[in-house]
Amino acid sequence: MTRGKESMPTRRLVLGGIPATALLAASPIAMAQEKIYIPLISKGFQHQFWQAVKAGAEKAAAEYKVTISFEGPDNETMVDRQIDMLAAALAKKPTAIGFAALDSQAAIPLLQQAKSARIPVIAFDSGVESDIPVTTAATDNIAAAALAADKMAELIGGAGKVAVLVHDQTSRTGVDRRDGFVNRIKQAHPKIEIVAIEYGAGDHLKSTEITKAILQANPDLKGMFGANEGSAIGVANGAREMNRRLVIIGFDSGAAQKQAIRDGIMAGAITQNPVGIGYETVKAAVAAIKGEKVAPKIDTGFYYYDKSNLTDPRIAAVLYD
Amino acid sequence: MTAFPTRTLAAGAKVSGAGQKLLAFASLLILVVGFSLASPNFLQTSNIMAILQATSVNAVLAVAATLVIITGGIDLSVGTLMTFCAVICGVVLTWWGMPLPVGILAAILAGAACGLVSGTIIARMKIPPFIATLGMMLMLKGLALIISGTRPIYFNSTPGFTQIAQGSLVGMVIPQLPIPNGVLLLFAVAGFAAWILARTVLGRYTYAIGSNEEAIRLSGVNTDAWKIAVYALAGAICGIAGILIAARLNSAQPALGQGYELDAIAAVVIGGTSLSGGRGTVLGTLIGALIMSVLTNGLRILSVAPEWQTVVTGAIIIVAVYADQLRRRRG
Repeated sequence: MTRGKESMPTRRLVLGGIPATALLAASPIAMAQEKIYIPLISKGFQHQFWQAVKAGAEKAAAEYKVTISFEGPDNETMVDRQIDMLAAALAKKPTAIGFAALDSQAAIPLLQQAKSARIPVIAFDSGVESDIPVTTAATDNIAAAALAADKMAELIGGAGKVAVLVHDQTSRTGVDRRDGFVNRIKQAHPKIEIVAIEYGAGDHLKSTEITKAILQANPDLKGMFGANEGSAIGVANGAREMNRRLVIIGFDSGAAQKQAIRDGIMAGAITQNPVGIGYETVKAAVAAIKGEKVAPKIDTGFYYYDKSNLTDPRIAAVLYD
Repeated sequence: MTAFPTRTLAAGAKVSGAGQKLLAFASLLILVVGFSLASPNFLQTSNIMAILQATSVNAVLAVAATLVIITGGIDLSVGTLMTFCAVICGVVLTWWGMPLPVGILAAILAGAACGLVSGTIIARMKIPPFIATLGMMLMLKGLALIISGTRPIYFNSTPGFTQIAQGSLVGMVIPQLPIPNGVLLLFAVAGFAAWILARTVLGRYTYAIGSNEEAIRLSGVNTDAWKIAVYALAGAICGIAGILIAARLNSAQPALGQGYELDAIAAVVIGGTSLSGGRGTVLGTLIGALIMSVLTNGLRILSVAPEWQTVVTGAIIIVAVYADQLRRRRG
């Protein structure tokens, strides 16, 4: 801290004054208590994926004439910050709450509190290991990966060797996408052989190295599935560096993956429907408030996209850079 | 032992800290009143408890940071050290199945040991505190991930562990006032640190090192040893923060922690502790931490967009420090 040299006009109340004006500026919202208010506590808000979830939630809020707010911690490690957000949301006496848990267990005491206050909780994006949420609005990753398997079979002609590169073997999405792809191949496409299932932590570089090793070991490999954004980019990079042509199917979007599809290095990818996740969460919350029956699981949908429909407004709306 | 310059320096520091504390306390009050008027949901027991609960971890880290900052140093490793200690606690309790007190002791000792390392690097190897603790921050972040295998460690096998933060001894006596135990722990830590600063030799040398390290070294004080002691004490307090956050989340989350040092430092600065050392109080830091969490909670209650919450918090930090400087320039 260096001190300024010229003397500034002194205002004693400067510290007291600012928060007060900040408050006044912020307070016109002043809580219309009669209205239905549904705060959504997400896993993040800066990432394009979460902005798309928010857009979907706002769309539903406008349709059902309810007020929502959307908030999440800066990154997905901040479990305690998310808990604080949930606590503040509960203090606002909401009509219902949407919650995408970073860690299910850490949130249990607050979810109990919501339950005893009869505030319905809608889980979104990923499930909460508890029977408190009324429903879970999320991508059916098993079905989404099965679609990737079908596309793969179609593009390689229903026979040959393929490999799978997954982000990790412990997360729900990792397990579901791996099993969804592998089981679909086994059941529906018996002439396709899966020669390798590897894990690259979703890290671009690591996934690239693993891909190169798989390609080296299998000169006749016809296709690879990358189960998340980082894995998919790794597969594309590996194939590019080895100068090999094969059918690559990715997952999610992002600028690099979209470019790989435009360039023809990647055949296509599965995208989740973040807009749908937000929309269905609010819709389910409204139904729960009205006492209507809500299915315990809501599949928010997914799409396969490739060069041909990359700019289709319906697809473009759920893709992000 | 020549104690003459240290005594006067410490006394001077306490007097000049009073004005800022008053200023900080007044702004805290204004915030509370303002939010209460703006929303009926703000001033409710459950929300006040939520605010206190949300303050506890950051405030304990900020107390640790206060000690170091008064010496004129900085500790960027408080956040990841907290996480590291939480992981150690998880290893001892969940993996090794040791009794609760052993886990608590292990976390505190791990914190003190890491603080000792930071202090030694700074005092003996003459590496600037910013660099030394930046290095420690990254090392501890990595070690927490390595030891835990990058997976959270849950405390389900240690019954009563979550009570350390989530239970309420006060609430058992006075049901209307369910102050979480984590907050009591914060008050205990703060009281202890305030006592160290005000009443012990270590406290006096903490202020003295921050005011004029060279002068007291020349008067025959082993400043290196005292400095190392301060970092070790701060480390032990981070260990307590580790227990607190683990008890709150019922898990040691190994990836958490980076970025928390900045919130702690912000609380310290808002509370009137000078980053150039020699001046500051634990009470000021407590108020600083409360201002931050009241602000965050209040803006959330008013449904202010999160982007704007960040902007307002940043502005408050600058205004707080500026107001403090204006006041000091006027004498």
